[in-house]
Amino acid sequence: MIRTLATSGRVLQQIRHDPRTIALMLVVPSLLIGLMSWIFTDTRVFALIGPAMIALFPFIVMFLVTSIATLRERRSGTLERLLSLPLAKGEFILGYALAFTLIAILQTVIAVSFAVWVCGLEIQGSLWLLFSVAALDALLGTSLGLMASAFARTEFQVVQFMPLFIFPQFLLAGIILPRAQLPRPLEVFGDWLPLSHAIDALNAIANGTEDSATTASLLVIAAWIIAALIVGSLTLRRRTP
Amino acid sequence: MMNKSACVIVNGLSVKRSKMLVLEELSFALSPGRVIGLLGPSGSGKSTLLRSIVGSQIITHGTVTVLGSSAGDKALRHRVGYMTQAASVYDDLTVRQNIAYFARILGLSATEVDRVIALTDLDLQSRKLAIDLSGGQRNRVSLAIALLGTPDIVILDEPTVGLDPVLRSDLWRLFTELAATGMSLLVSSHVMDEAMRCDELLLLREGQLLAQLTPADLLARTRTENPEEAFLALVGGVGGATPNVARPSPKHRAAGKENQP
Repeated sequence: MIRTLATSGRVLQQIRHDPRTIALMLVVPSLLIGLMSWIFTDTRVFALIGPAMIALFPFIVMFLVTSIATLRERRSGTLERLLSLPLAKGEFILGYALAFTLIAILQTVIAVSFAVWVCGLEIQGSLWLLFSVAALDALLGTSLGLMASAFARTEFQVVQFMPLFIFPQFLLAGIILPRAQLPRPLEVFGDWLPLSHAIDALNAIANGTEDSATTASLLVIAAWIIAALIVGSLTLRRRTP
Repeated sequence: MMNKSACVIVNGLSVKRSKMLVLEELSFALSPGRVIGLLGPSGSGKSTLLRSIVGSQIITHGTVTVLGSSAGDKALRHRVGYMTQAASVYDDLTVRQNIAYFARILGLSATEVDRVIALTDLDLQSRKLAIDLSGGQRNRVSLAIALLGTPDIVILDEPTVGLDPVLRSDLWRLFTELAATGMSLLVSSHVMDEAMRCDELLLLREGQLLAQLTPADLLARTRTENPEEAFLALVGGVGGATPNVARPSPKHRAAGKENQP
């Protein structure tokens, strides 16, 4: 536990030395949400896709940040050094997950506040639940990013993993076309993807129609997080060729 | 050669990496409390051997025993300090933050952080970001981390690369002082002059152990004046055929070109 917190603290310290990254992480989602709401002025579209955008940002940003940060650890030799010390792999991964989830919560608070109070997005349901889903999304991005970094050898590759891991989820989540209208195999596939569930949950919260399906969605996301964290920690090897 | 008090015992160690034999049937034992130099040209397998002793290398054959446990054993993670070849520090943290993080992972206090900072002469840089340091200073941060908690064995992969002669000499003095306290240091280098500062040498070439001997023996056996010439003589004389045996050979080959086995 102490080592997990030490790792989170170290990751946050690193980010603190990079004010531009902090500014980008905190401001860019609000900028994009603002742009969306401007594009769709006087239509119902923003009310429909606004909640989905809240799900997307923490997910994408945390995926990128985590995959690049862990790739850097692998390449700089710090990971090899850490794994020769009394640090459990789970402690390392949870340390990262914790640090980035904290940032994601901050990011979401800003993005949601901006969407609600500046862009006039209506949230009927619980704001707390909304933040929890966004935090869960961030954790999902972090855990998938950890996993992706294990399969990448270079920064170029890891950036290419973003379209691979994220675009299909985005396309099949029901933002572009409701999932029920997709060809049957794609609908079934989309129903299993975590981002679909995140967007379903956020839509339900926005409309104030949270029910047992929302809870089920959260459980599906949690299952994905746990699975990705386990795969991610399996890819950390104390012994390498 | 194999004695019970040895801190590192390597027995029949072979390492294959993508079908290439990087280390070939190495066997040796190291006594504690000494500065042991691991010398050889680039690509001779020094880093792989050091990683095998740390336990971060997948080995193909043989055994590596460190302080009575198998290399990489959980019990050794507090007892073996390791400085990797790349500086292995976080560029976006200060010197102090870097060292403090690894200290927390080892469960050590802030006074220990101060101690290693003073030991490696980094007091003036302690608030600087690692990315703003010179190469030599970064190396010393990495060394400070390896010395945290005074491990029984410290494994240093080319710690003096890129240092000016004064700093290099300071570091070797530090190594000697640390060995005098009972610490065992295994230091790799491809700079042969550094050999004279060691208590004992392991000479590696193309994955084979050419010799294990003291610096004085090296000069005597090769009848040369300095380690650079001695190594060239040794490489020329043995031709990579018989590991572990250093045959005296006449001084020849002025250029540093290596012959093929």
